[in-house]
Parts: sequence; C-alpha cells; structure tokens
Amino acid sequence: MDTLLGIDYATWWFLVIGATFTGYAILDGFDLGAGAIHLFLKKEESRRIALNAIGPVWDGNEVWLVIGGGALFAGFPKVYASVFSAFYIPFMLFLVALIFRAISIEFRSKEPMLWWRKMWDVSYSISSIVIALALGVVLGNVMVGLPIDAQGNYQGTTLDFLNPFAMLTGVTTLALFMMHGAIYLVMKTEKRLYTKLTIIVKNSTIFFVISLLLLSFYTLLYVPHMAESIRCNSWLFIIPIGMVLATANVARCISQQRYRIAFFSSALNIALLLVVVAVNLFPNLVLSSIDPAYNLTVNNAAASNKSLSIMLTVAAIGVPLVAVYTTFVFWTFKGKVHLDENSY
Amino acid sequence: MDVEILSRIQFAFTIAFHYIYPPLSIGLGVGLVIMEGMFLKTKEPVYEKMTRFFVKIFALIFGIGVATGIVMEFEFGTNWAVYSRYVGDVFGSALAAEGIFAFALESGFLGILLFGWNKVSPKVHFLSTIMVTLGSMFSAIWIVVANSWQQTPAGYKIVGEGMEARAEITDFWAMVFNPSSVERIMHVWIGAFLAGAFLIMSIAAWYLYKNKYQDFSKKAFGIGLVIALIAAYAQLVTGHSSAEVVEQYQPAKLAAMEGHWDSSGAADMYLFGYIDKKKEETVGLKIPGGLSFLTHQDFNAPVTGLKAFKPEDRPGSLNITFQSYHIMIAIGMLLISLTSYAAWLWRRNKLFEKKWLMLVFVWAVFLPQIANQAGWFAAETGRQPWVVYNLLRTSDALSQSVQKEQVMFSLILFSLVYLVLFMLFIYLLNKKITHGPWHTDSDKHSSRHSDMATELSKPSSQS
Ligand code: HDD
Ligand code: HEM
Ligand code: HEM
Repeated sequence: MDTLLGIDYATWWFLVIGATFTGYAILDGFDLGAGAIHLFLKKEESRRIALNAIGPVWDGNEVWLVIGGGALFAGFPKVYASVFSAFYIPFMLFLVALIFRAISIEFRSKEPMLWWRKMWDVSYSISSIVIALALGVVLGNVMVGLPIDAQGNYQGTTLDFLNPFAMLTGVTTLALFMMHGAIYLVMKTEKRLYTKLTIIVKNSTIFFVISLLLLSFYTLLYVPHMAESIRCNSWLFIIPIGMVLATANVARCISQQRYRIAFFSSALNIALLLVVVAVNLFPNLVLSSIDPAYNLTVNNAAASNKSLSIMLTVAAIGVPLVAVYTTFVFWTFKGKVHLDENSY
Repeated sequence: MDVEILSRIQFAFTIAFHYIYPPLSIGLGVGLVIMEGMFLKTKEPVYEKMTRFFVKIFALIFGIGVATGIVMEFEFGTNWAVYSRYVGDVFGSALAAEGIFAFALESGFLGILLFGWNKVSPKVHFLSTIMVTLGSMFSAIWIVVANSWQQTPAGYKIVGEGMEARAEITDFWAMVFNPSSVERIMHVWIGAFLAGAFLIMSIAAWYLYKNKYQDFSKKAFGIGLVIALIAAYAQLVTGHSSAEVVEQYQPAKLAAMEGHWDSSGAADMYLFGYIDKKKEETVGLKIPGGLSFLTHQDFNAPVTGLKAFKPEDRPGSLNITFQSYHIMIAIGMLLISLTSYAAWLWRRNKLFEKKWLMLVFVWAVFLPQIANQAGWFAAETGRQPWVVYNLLRTSDALSQSVQKEQVMFSLILFSLVYLVLFMLFIYLLNKKITHGPWHTDSDKHSSRHSDMATELSKPSSQS
C-alpha cells in the first residue's frame, strides 16, 4: 500500500474527508444556526440585518457539503452508496430543506408584503432547523452503527433512523449551531440588536450544555463503544477537557464582549465533537450492527490507490486556492452589517 | 411501476429541472462580462445600468440553479447505489473536482458580484463577474466529463465480478479526455451561450415592442445578438462532430437518433418521421442516402442499423430518442436562420422597426431551452439500456435497499416542490422584467461604483 509521510493513502483520505466535513460544519454551522434563531428576532430591520450577515457567504459555505459529498463518493464509494441509500427518506427531506433554505433567502426580499416576508422567514428558519437536525441524526446513526449486510445494503426499516441516540445527537447539533450562529450574528451587529443577540447566545449556550451533558451520559451508558478509544488511550481524555473548556470560554468571552474569540471557541467545539467521532470510529467508517465483519473500513471501502493519489493532488491544488479566495471574500465583507440597495 | 422506472423518472425529472437554470447562468454570465467590460471601457452609464439589471436576474436564476443542483449529487448515492460503487473510483474524482475547482469559485465570488458593488473597486468587481462566469463554465466541464465517461468509458479497468464488479481508474487524463468529452463540453457550452443570449434578447425585445427603454434595449439586444449569431453557427459544427463520435462509439444510439434499421446499403436521413418498433421500420420524409453522406461523405456507404443489435441491447424508448434528436436539430436550424436574418436587418438599420420580429424574439427564448433539454434526452435515452455504456446495465445499477414506496414518495415530493419553485420563479422574473432597469433604486446609493467611472479615467488611479 502506498504511503505519504508514513500514512497510507486511505487514511489520508479519511483525514481529508473528516477535515472537509469539519470545515463544512464550522462554516455552514453558523449560517444554519443564524437561521435557527431567526424567528427570535422580531423586527423587520433585525431580520434583514441577520440575513445580510450571511448573505454573501452562505452559498460558499454550503459548497463544502458538495465537496465533502464528492470526496466521499470518490474516496470511499462503498460508504457513499451504503449510507445514502440507507437513509433514503431522511436524505430526501434534507434535500428539500436545503432547497427551501436557499430559496427563502433569495425570495424573501423580493416582495414588500408582510405575509410574504413572514412566510419566507418561517420557511427559512424551519428549513435551517431541519437541516441541522438531519445532519446530527445521520451523525448519530453512523456512531451507533447501521444494519448493513455483507454487500453494504441496508436491512433496517425507514423509521430505524429515529432512534433515541440519533435524535439526541440531532438536538445537540442543533444547539451547537444555534450557539455558533448567534455568536456570528453578534459579531456582525450593533446597538439594540447586538444586545438582544447576546441574550440569545447565553440561552443557546445553556441549551447546548444541557444537551451535550445528556448526550454524554447516554453515550457512556448505552453506546459504550463510542467511548472506547478514549478509555483505552487516556491521553485522548484531552478532547473532552478541550470541549468543556471551549464551551466555558464561549460564555466568558461573550460577557467580556470578545466575540471573535468566542466564535473561535465555538468553532473549536464543533471540530472537537467531530474529532471524538472520528477517533472512536477509525479505522471503521460505518459500523454494521448485524455483524462487525460487515463493517465498512478505511481499508475495505476505499477507492484504489491510483484514484486516491489523483484526488490528493486535486485537493493539494484546490484547497489552497479556495482558501485564498474564501479569505478574500470574508475579508471584503468584514465588520458590521449595514444595509444598502444591494441587500436582501 | 417498479423501482427502476421510478428512479429513472426521478433522475430525469430532477436533472431536467436543474438544467433549466445552469445554461441560463452560464450564458447570462458571458453577457454580463461583456456588459460590464463595455462599461469599464466606454464609461457609458447605460452599460452600468444594464449590468446591474441583468445581475439581478442572474441572481434569481443562479439561486434556483444552486438549490436544485445538490439533489443530483445525493441522488447518485440514494437511488443508484450499485452504480455509485461501480463508478465511484473513476467518476467520483470528477465530481469532487467540480466542487473544489468550480462551485467554490463561483459561489465565492458570487457574494462580491451581488453584494460587493460598494465594497470593492469596479475592476475587482469586474474580476468577480469573470470568476463567477468561469466557475460556472468549469462546472459544466467536470459534470459533462463524468457523463461522457458513462457514454464512452476510457482510462479504467474492471476488477471483481458480478455484483462486486467495479471500474478502477488507470489513467486520469484518459478518463478526462475520453472520446466524447471535448465535443460534448463544447456543444453544452455553446448551448448555454444560446440560452443566455436569447434571454437577454427576449427581455430587450419586449421593451422595444412596448417602446420602452429604447437606448438600453437596443444595446442589450445587440450584445445578445452577437453572441447568439456566432453560437448558432458554432453549434452546428460541434453538433456535427458530436454525431461523428456517436457514430463511432455508440452506433446503437446513432441508429436510434436517426431511426435507421438496416446495416447494409445506403442509409437515409429522416427530416421527420416516426419509428414503428413492431414492424422495425421508420416512416417519414427522408433524404435518400443522407445519413451515409453525413457520416462518410458518400451517399452509398453503409451505416450500422438497429437490427444489428439484439432487441435487449437497443435503446428502449426509440421514439423519444428519435423525436428529441430531431427537435434539437430543427431548432438548431431555426436559430441559425433567425439570428442571421436579424443580423442582416441590423446591419441595414431596420431591425428595431420590425415589431413582429421583436415579438418573435420575445418568445424565442424557449427555443434554446427546448433544444438543450431535447439534446440531453436524446443523448441519455439513446445510451440505454446501459448506464455505463456496454459495461453496466441501468436495471443492475439500482440501490438494492430502496423500496418502491420510498421513491414514489420522493418523486411526488420533488414534483410538488419544483412546481411551486417554478411558479415563483416565473412570477418573480416577470416582476423584475416589468419593473424594468430604471425601477431599481440602485442609483440613489451606488456612489462608489459610478464615481469610479470618472475616477478610472484619471491617470492617478491607474495603478
Ligand atoms: C454525470 C452524470 C450525468 C449528467 C451530467 C447528466 N446525466 Fe442524465 N442520467 C445520468 C447521469 C447524468 C444517470 C445517473 O446515469 C442516469 C440515471 C439512470 C440512467 O440510465 O442514467 C441518467 C438518466 C437520464 C434520463 C433518463 C433516461 C432514461 O431513463 O431513459 C434523462 C432524460 C436524463 N438523464 C437527462 C439528463 C439531462 C437533461 C441532463 C442535463 C443536465 C443530464 N441528464 C446530465
Ligand atoms: C448529475 C449531474 C449534476 C450534478 C450532480 C450537479 C450538481 C450541482 C450542485 C451540487 C450545484 C450547487 C452548487 C452550489 O451549492 O453552489 C449545482 C449548480 C450548478 N450546476 Fe449542476 N449538477 C449537475 C448537472 C449540471 C450540468 C449538466 C451543468 C452544465 C452544463 C451544470 C452546471 C451547474 C452550474 C453552472 C451551477 C451553478 C448554479 C447555476 O448556475 O444555476 N450542472 N450543480
Ligand atoms: C444544429 C445542429 C445540431 C446537431 C447536428 C446536434 C447534434 C447533437 C448530437 C449528435 C448529440 C448527442 C451527443 C451524444 O450523445 O454524445 C447532441 C446532444 C446535445 N445537443 Fe445538439 N445538435 C445540434 C443543435 C443543438 C442546439 C441548437 C442545442 C441547444 C441550444 C443543442 C444542445 C444539445 C445538448 C444540451 C445535448 C446533450 C449533451 C451532449 O450530449 O452533448 N444541440 N447534439
């Protein structure tokens, strides 16, 4: 097996995909979170500012989902095929929610009527919530394992995906995004709206802490295999410590009005949550709840070395390029939002 | 209806709906680059107006394109799991490359194109317009490469057997430059230019018909006409070379597109007609030996016909393939005549007096759209019964764990959602057009961008 810096290609690719989805969760996480808390903002002006805070960047953020999907398709075709066909109905609802989020942002400002704007506000907020929940539910199911057979075909029923653990993961994801999105909006706003948002940050932080605690207990009690790596390698305990500190730091920085650091802390939180998942799964990608022999792993589900090395080249050229102009775009729209004639 | 047919309908429906928008974005993007370029060059305010007006329309179209695009990327996995396992090694890289090279580029700079007027200098804004357009053209490259690989596979080897068989990549560039990709990318791009140019002309023609915004509309129409005229002729060339590739690599498809049955003797070309599947013949108006001539420059050369293939290896819906192919070509010819006639009148300064012609152009916006859709229907139904040509049958490519009811549910769901989406799109597009370029309150605030026009001409700012 070919290696790069002593790590084989399949493992590299596991890391690349992990990093892509983490990037997606951090970037689109704040858009989705902003959407989820949208209805808590009551004034028309506030809602417009909140929308325009994510206006120029949300589409670019969503592209990381597209890239992640493509990377999974290319790097681990079996995982892509098995997971996507297993979650047929949830993915379809997820897609419809993605459609509604996109068009709500686009259509809302096109008519001045109150009912029109209210309608798109509600559709925007609900679709953001559904997307966040769905992402969490899929993550939760991947953590507990799926009933897949030797061919990677799903043997469960449509409703199996709504198990308590997955739902709890969904709620935690939503809470995390809400906190993350609220902090982002705090960074982009001033005056009354700013004050209002700091309160929302506090509440969503509490919401997140509660759901994280519940999720942790649930994991330890009912899904012990998810804590196994950490139990076996005590130095990995640093990850949960990091999460607790990052969350505490969010609260601290907000009260000191250092929201940029708060934002990075909540981003770190998202990353650590996914690191926990990755550390505990590796080298598996999908656990089979029928028979561990059917697990899809980094080795048995990966594309050929040739394909993986091509993809690494693509990533090595593409990612720096994207990083440069994404930074440029964020930099162009830095600072507080002011509405002008081009705004939504 | 079984899972297979439902999944095929769903894929065809969702992608055909998606494909209403990207060609408009690509073509309109090219138009925007020209308009904004003209503004920077001439500093005439009318070009700034034009750019801003069409950017708003662009935003609407682009938004729906983005919203409907993600569906297909997931559908490969949800509905076509066996296919995904089979092609992932080869084709996944094209999809990922599309994300990273194309979508990231367009969606990144889109923010600046739409919201950056007052935040960046006109040159940087112009650069963003170019980047968005290039990004959308790149996305066409990668997705068409992936599709062309299914049509004419190259640069791979097959490993494993039966349901476990899959393609592994052996040569990346051979995959990218598989026998049909270059011709098809060109053909798709030009089809997109036509779609965008006809949209610009349609809006301008509507204003001219209503005697509104004369100067604006004449200039906009001119830009659209130049693009459309060149593209209409070019499309004949790229279409012809596509047909040659099909003849060489997918003879059964060519035979279906042309309604050609016998492999011996001269092959006729039908101008229009109907395929009788039972009697294995085609009835209609034909040019004797026409197909032989087009493919071999010889009126008597034989061309492989449908009878050379076992019935189960022939495309299933022969009439769809045949009719949509003929619709596309008929429209291609019509577009050539229409744009040539308009250009001829334009040179003699008579174009804008012809009210009836303006009305024709208002409605002509549908022609390239129909041709684009018909082209894909011909290409994709002609590929059947194979999902990967000669390697994997469509009936074997389905997800094994997905049930009929589930696909039925999602198909109904998408039909309803897209219906609503389409009606809203038409409503908002119509509203934007009727309000016209002068309605937008943009000039009230856009100090920076318009000031730059004067500023640009000063030597000091030419850094
Ligand atoms: C990269 C892949 C790809 C691309 C770019 C396209 N298609 Fe496709 N198409 C497929 C991959 C595919 C497929 C997944 O391979 C399908 C599903 C079932 C099948 O046989 O092929 C298919 C089927 C399919 C069918 C049904 C054919 C049948 O069942 O008889 C239609 C009508 C279209 N497509 C139309 C389009 C249109 C309008 C496109 C323009 C955007 C397009 N396709 C691009
Ligand atoms: C199965 C085939 C296809 C898939 C999986 C697909 C996927 C996608 C996705 C995921 C997006 C949204 C990107 C974002 O979030 O910014 C998108 C948009 C887009 N797609 Fe497709 N697409 C397909 C077919 C095509 C074809 C055939 C073309 C062009 C010829 C095309 C051109 C575009 C363009 C230009 C956009 C940007 C939005 C727009 O311009 O409307 N796509 N597509
Ligand atoms: C004028 C004469 C034309 C000829 C001879 C021609 C020929 C062809 C052929 C042979 C194909 C099938 C390629 C394949 O299956 O690999 C095709 C596909 C297609 N055509 Fe045309 N075409 C013409 C005009 C047009 C026009 C005017 C448009 C749109 C404005 C158009 C849009 C398309 C599209 C979108 C496809 C599907 C993509 C592809 O397979 O390349 N064509 N055309």
